[in-house]
Amino acid sequence: MEEYQLVVTGDEMIDPESGYSGPGTIYIKDGSFFKIEKKKLSQEQSKGLSNVPRLIDATGMIVGPGLIDMHVHLREPGREDEETILTGAEAAAAGGFTSICCMPNTTPPLDNYGIINFVVERARSAKVRVYPIGAITQGQKGEIIAEIGDLVEAGAVAISDDGYPVMNSGVMRNAMEYTRMFDIPVISHAEDLGLVGTGVANEGFNSTRFGLPGIPGIAEEVMVARDIMISDFTGCALHLAHLSTAGSISLVKEAKSRKVAVSCEVTPHHFSLTDDLLESYDSNLRVNPPIRTKRDVEALKDGLKEGTVDVIASDHAPHSQEEKEVEFEAAPCGMIGLETTVGLVVTELVEKGIIDWMEFFKKLSLNPATILKLQGGRLQVSAPADLTIIDPQKRWVVDPKKFKSKSKNSPFVGRRLRGKARYTIVAGKVVFEAES
Amino acid sequence: MESDKLIQVMDEVAVARTITRIAHEIIERNGGVGDMVIIGVRTRGAILADRLASEIERIERVALPIGVMDITLYRDDVQNKLEQPLVQKTEILFQVADKIVILVDDVLFTGRTARAALDAIIDFGRPRSIQFAVLIDRGHRELPIRADYIGKSLSTTLEEKVVVKIKEEDGIDGVLLGGR
Amino acid sequence: MRLKSRHLLGLEGVSRQDIELIFNTGVTFKEILSRDIPKVPTLRGLTIANLFYEPSTRTRFSFELAEKRLSADTVSFSTNTSSVQKGETLKDTVQNIEAMKVDMVVIRHQAAGAPHFLARCCDTKVINAGDGAHEHPTQALLDLFTVWEKYKKIDGLRVVIVGDIKYSRVARSDIWGFKTMGAEVAICGPTTLLPYEVEKMGVKVYNRLEAALEGRDIVIVLRIQTERQEMGLLPTIREYVNRFCLTPPHLAGLRENFTIMHPGPINRGVEISPEVADGPYSVILSQVTNGVAIRMAVLYLLSGGRLPNSRRKAKAS
Repeated sequence: MEEYQLVVTGDEMIDPESGYSGPGTIYIKDGSFFKIEKKKLSQEQSKGLSNVPRLIDATGMIVGPGLIDMHVHLREPGREDEETILTGAEAAAAGGFTSICCMPNTTPPLDNYGIINFVVERARSAKVRVYPIGAITQGQKGEIIAEIGDLVEAGAVAISDDGYPVMNSGVMRNAMEYTRMFDIPVISHAEDLGLVGTGVANEGFNSTRFGLPGIPGIAEEVMVARDIMISDFTGCALHLAHLSTAGSISLVKEAKSRKVAVSCEVTPHHFSLTDDLLESYDSNLRVNPPIRTKRDVEALKDGLKEGTVDVIASDHAPHSQEEKEVEFEAAPCGMIGLETTVGLVVTELVEKGIIDWMEFFKKLSLNPATILKLQGGRLQVSAPADLTIIDPQKRWVVDPKKFKSKSKNSPFVGRRLRGKARYTIVAGKVVFEAES
Repeated sequence: MESDKLIQVMDEVAVARTITRIAHEIIERNGGVGDMVIIGVRTRGAILADRLASEIERIERVALPIGVMDITLYRDDVQNKLEQPLVQKTEILFQVADKIVILVDDVLFTGRTARAALDAIIDFGRPRSIQFAVLIDRGHRELPIRADYIGKSLSTTLEEKVVVKIKEEDGIDGVLLGGR
Repeated sequence: MRLKSRHLLGLEGVSRQDIELIFNTGVTFKEILSRDIPKVPTLRGLTIANLFYEPSTRTRFSFELAEKRLSADTVSFSTNTSSVQKGETLKDTVQNIEAMKVDMVVIRHQAAGAPHFLARCCDTKVINAGDGAHEHPTQALLDLFTVWEKYKKIDGLRVVIVGDIKYSRVARSDIWGFKTMGAEVAICGPTTLLPYEVEKMGVKVYNRLEAALEGRDIVIVLRIQTERQEMGLLPTIREYVNRFCLTPPHLAGLRENFTIMHPGPINRGVEISPEVADGPYSVILSQVTNGVAIRMAVLYLLSGGRLPNSRRKAKAS
């Protein structure tokens, strides 16, 4: 008799790598997938496994490889009042994520071995896997490239100056050229600060109506185009963070047709919100890049459907209440997202037929794993046993006060969503279980 | 809403006679119409003021200056109401200082409108005296206010309604009392 | 009679009926201002706080006067620094003020949406005296009133607004207000100072002053700030003056009943030449007088529904 750690059985098991979707039973032992069967356990078989410490009957639920959020801001070190590595991991687990990648714009930034090591050590006691992303430039100042070799040694899975663009094209070229030898992607926060100016909202008829200084779509597109060209020139893998405009999607599509090594992500808020909502001047809607027009939202959805967009990531950006409770133009940018991502993806994309469950796990698990060369994203024997089990019918109302995240800055308060993680399993351990 | 049982207390003829009588009283009490002005409280008081002035002119062959006053801004309950009453123009195109002001309104009830009107007039200047003429005094004063010239006294209960109709505004002249 | 909203945050979406109500009430208040004792006791006991986070003499003065003429008690606070720099947030300031039983707040702030933020987080009634580039509703209302007084109507009049439309809250409020009242509105300025997709507000767009003035009844001239040149939106003020300054030659061939307006303060010689500003078509000074009357009307119409003090104390605890 095998000593299984955990067994999961259900009608809908999804492996985005092989394309299998159907009944399945997963046997987990010593933190890895030991055996995967393409059939559901019968009543007698279940009884026969009575010695297994935990048997999850996932009838009516969707079982897939653990979700990976490759764009998260944990505020440790520096702003532990807003979020820590541990609280962020709690929030991730509650949101159905088994792995998260944290961006380097902390205080001080993650631009050297010691600090990356600090994150890695801290993350050992976290509920989910936390992978640090290192900075592109020292201090994220955009001038001198960071010790990327050291960062990779310490455990960085990618580099980014997210929060800021690398404005100097020469510096970006050098960074990408240098990084190529480490075989990790450069994640670009594409924004031309000259075109942004004093803007705080998408430049459009709505910013005119609301009297808010505008950020034109080209502020993002100009840098997307530039970074694609530099990636093509240097041969370095480029991943474009939080794309928000129709123009950006077109540029990526064109680049992919020429086989440039580019991938991209969108956030749930960019495909769920439009700029007319700024009428309320709710500072929880202030985000960078800004929420855009209906036309842009449609283009992002098309991009997700067609496959131009590879990843959905939350850009979880916790901010303290006193910082956000100010007039719109004075508020910091960003909203939390770890605990609303699954709900928004199911409600806005899966329920509306834009993507199916196979694509769901590709965008949220397989593709991030592939881009960052992480273990995960696939239901494969001997792979680490990370699973996300989702209740696709679960109706719930967003109430940030109930969230595990330390910060509560979300514009989705009161939104009715469908779809929520029921179980989050990391290395065979149930790290989150929803109350039924 | 004209509910059941509205009794007519004064008809057109009665109203006209009353105005004539009040006009005579005013002239008698003041020994003439020297230094006299008439101010009516919008809306029906103003029309009555016009009629009173016409009567006085017919008797004394003197045309008195007539003013119209909107007392909305002087009401003591203006901030408590959820809806603000529509403010209309006040037109007092003469000096009130050292004049005998005949203040005219249709109904004297709690006395609050009259108090507001007194405040408003005094804001225009310091009159020699203010004398108050009303068509109907229905009692139930909440402030120590009295009328100098009364068309008709009606004893009413608080639930009853007194409806004054003036031809220029309502099509006919008359005073009606609504039971309960 | 009341205005549809308990605040006055902007003119976008304010109905014609509401605007006409404000006009009719304004007429009464204008008459009161001409009396020997230009005061009424209507808002006695009401406390109004004027929070001016942006410097302003005339608007603040106008509001204070309006409040005092209505016998309200006023407290004014003006500062150049943003709330964030001061350390105390806007929300804190207003909550502190609320605790002192302030009934209404008149706020001018450099951030669009600041009055909306206040209306959301605090219990007091809010009047927007100018928020960033968004709206300045009382200015537009007095502009509309001045026009209505002169022409007895606004429907069908042809208005053009000249200047820095992009950064102008007065322009936006004027556009909404004049369009609601049935006027035909056009705007004129250098392309860099026109807001994105502004045609969607229903206005014709001109880049040449001469073309813009043709066939118009009213021109509203806006101030040009030197800041715009520093931001790189204009090469020099001189070039702006050459192309857009309203000068006597522009007035030749205009209708006799033509009206020139300016919200003030005027940069003489920049957007309007002194002779034109002081000339017969200008109603700039009437605008100032009407400003107090219109603000009295707005304050009056928004007051009301006030709980007696005894009941308010219970609410606070």
